[in-house]
Amino acid sequence: MAVTTAQASAPETATREIFMSEALREAIDEEMTRDPTVFVVGEEVGVWGGAYAVTQGLLEKWGPDRIVDTPIAEAAIAGLGIGAALTGSRPIAEFMYSDFMGIAMDQIVNQAAKNRYMFGGKAKLPLTYRAPFGAGTGNAAQHTQSLEAWFAHVPGLKVITASTPYDAKGLLKSAIREDNVVIMFEHKAIYAMRGHVPEGEYLVPIGVADVKREGDDVSVITYARQTHHALEAAEQLAAEGISVEVVDIRSLYPLDTDTILRSVRKTHRAVVLYEAVRFGGFGAEIASQIQELAFDDLDAPVLRVGAAHAPVPFSEPLEQASFPGTAQVVESIRQSLKGVY
Amino acid sequence: MAEQSPVSTNGRAGGDDASNGVLEQLSDDQLRWIYLIMRRIRRFEETAEEAFRAAKMRGALHFYIGEEATATGVCAALDDGDFITSTHRGHGHCIAKGARMDKMMAELFGRTTGYCGGKGGSMHIADIELGNLGANGIVGAGIPIATGAALGSKLRKDGKVTIAFFGDGAGPTGAFHEGVNVAATMNLPAVFVCENNQYGMATHADFANAAAIHNRGPAYGIPSASIDGNDLFEVYATAKKAIDRARRGEGPTLIESRTYRHKGHTVLDQKNYRTKEEIAEWVARDPIERFVRAVNESERLDEDDFQAIDGQIEREIEHAVAFAEASPWPTVDVIERDVYVE
Ligand SMILES: Cc1ncc(C[n+]2csc(CCOP(=O)(O)OP(=O)(O)O)c2C)c(N)n1
Ligand SMILES: [Mg+2]
Repeated sequence: MAVTTAQASAPETATREIFMSEALREAIDEEMTRDPTVFVVGEEVGVWGGAYAVTQGLLEKWGPDRIVDTPIAEAAIAGLGIGAALTGSRPIAEFMYSDFMGIAMDQIVNQAAKNRYMFGGKAKLPLTYRAPFGAGTGNAAQHTQSLEAWFAHVPGLKVITASTPYDAKGLLKSAIREDNVVIMFEHKAIYAMRGHVPEGEYLVPIGVADVKREGDDVSVITYARQTHHALEAAEQLAAEGISVEVVDIRSLYPLDTDTILRSVRKTHRAVVLYEAVRFGGFGAEIASQIQELAFDDLDAPVLRVGAAHAPVPFSEPLEQASFPGTAQVVESIRQSLKGVY
Repeated sequence: MAEQSPVSTNGRAGGDDASNGVLEQLSDDQLRWIYLIMRRIRRFEETAEEAFRAAKMRGALHFYIGEEATATGVCAALDDGDFITSTHRGHGHCIAKGARMDKMMAELFGRTTGYCGGKGGSMHIADIELGNLGANGIVGAGIPIATGAALGSKLRKDGKVTIAFFGDGAGPTGAFHEGVNVAATMNLPAVFVCENNQYGMATHADFANAAAIHNRGPAYGIPSASIDGNDLFEVYATAKKAIDRARRGEGPTLIESRTYRHKGHTVLDQKNYRTKEEIAEWVARDPIERFVRAVNESERLDEDDFQAIDGQIEREIEHAVAFAEASPWPTVDVIERDVYVE
């Protein structure tokens, strides 16, 4: 599978920098232009412009038939997406916070994920769910979770997440064009991160990881906001002559195992970094694949770095220490190099 | 004029400051308590807003200012051991159920001395001993929990009543329907109090709810009422009737209390989905001012009474802030503590 990097696929002349939230908005706007069956549905997506401003201005441009505000009704939002998708529309349904997907769990897991299979392949659900996730914002236990593993576990769902505005735009456009149910998790701490996004059309394929930094000594396999902690750690360690490779998986399912294995076979050491509760998190799947498929290439056990076994606490010093930060990533990389945990 | 549902539990018309005889049923101590609570809520939040703007606290703060008569009027009709469930906009419910402002302030500051040791913040303050089963970050989620508390009371025969406070935004949730329906089928001692402040974020209550919330009582076979939520006396009288009924084992009641939040959805909200005129109209119907006018007219309390209470509150507020600021930050060793009973 080809490794694509943001730098490689962007035109060299383009230097435009925009926020992650703007990149997502462009993806939605362009796909709405391209396909009249695409519409947005969710809480406060219209008048308010989206809790994280992703859909700002779209109601004014597209009107209430394509930017559909709903009451607070997550099960209905999930179901609106399913029903409309089954009957020929291409919905983008937004959950204001991924934590609220718990209310819609039956619609997502028992309905959206399974319809096609149960109906013997006769149904098609061109449906995208979007949901902000992640901690660090002081929003406490019910607005900060990283629940992506729940969904990656369910056959019938594809799960993606971006670390840069470039990837966010390209991935979301691919998701909208998919004839499958795709859940895009958007880390709320990086909506306001700026990054290079070229003018004009491009896609980032679902199921393809991206090597965000090349290195020789240790591979850090990660996604979403934690990618930036990995890059910062790599930068710090470079000063000491330690060369860290950072692999942003971008897609949890399907998982680009080839890119992960290629990296690990080069560095012989792997640190799997994620922001969800470490126990039972998606990193366990990555670690498991590495040891199954590259056991002989490893010089140290695969290390998982994740959040504490607790809900996300409110108080700032607790919250910041409850999930991995750059210092902890640096420490974990050192541990991996020593091979003793 | 209040729009009355066909099965309204009370016959009062809202909008004026006369108490229609309710004031006379309240003792001077009750009147003082009501004023104390409403002013505490107001001053607590004004102070919290200052602290937020001074970057002394973070997170989402949802202010109850303008809605004080609902929590206060309902809780004035409760007994000490009764239960409530609350919402993301929970400071008012906490204070009306007897919470200490120093421990609340410390929680907003994220300190160890806060109600939740800093783990919960504004949206998760609870005081189980006082019967406050918790503020809630999930819209509608307190409703089935209140139903459960009421079931517990029925099974234990403890004679307690549970109030579920929730917003107009919870009207569309499945949790509302399931929670109220179950309570009605089991005839549980619960009172469902919808604080219709007209908006859930930018969404108008009439946009979100296909039928007015108070009109749903008949659908569940329970009494319901639509009241002026800025009229302390009307809130109190309606809640009292519903609470007494629940305590007698006659089942739940649904109350829709029409009110308004003077501030934005959160402390950061500066959006223009409400007109200046609308806000001004509701600020003019300030529930605390209306209460004070009615009490003054009745000549039951005088200026000295109000001033004494105001003075007490200022001292409490000063103490609460000093206490919060002087309190230690939690240390990281507590992060994984309290997840389970050890
Ligand atoms: C289940 C759920 N969906 C969405 C939200 C986001 N949210 C928080 S408060 C709010 C509006 C609630 O409106 P209402 O119930 O009327 O309460 P108010 O804020 O007006 O007091 C929304 C949409 C949430 N917290 N929980
Ligand atoms: Mg409301």
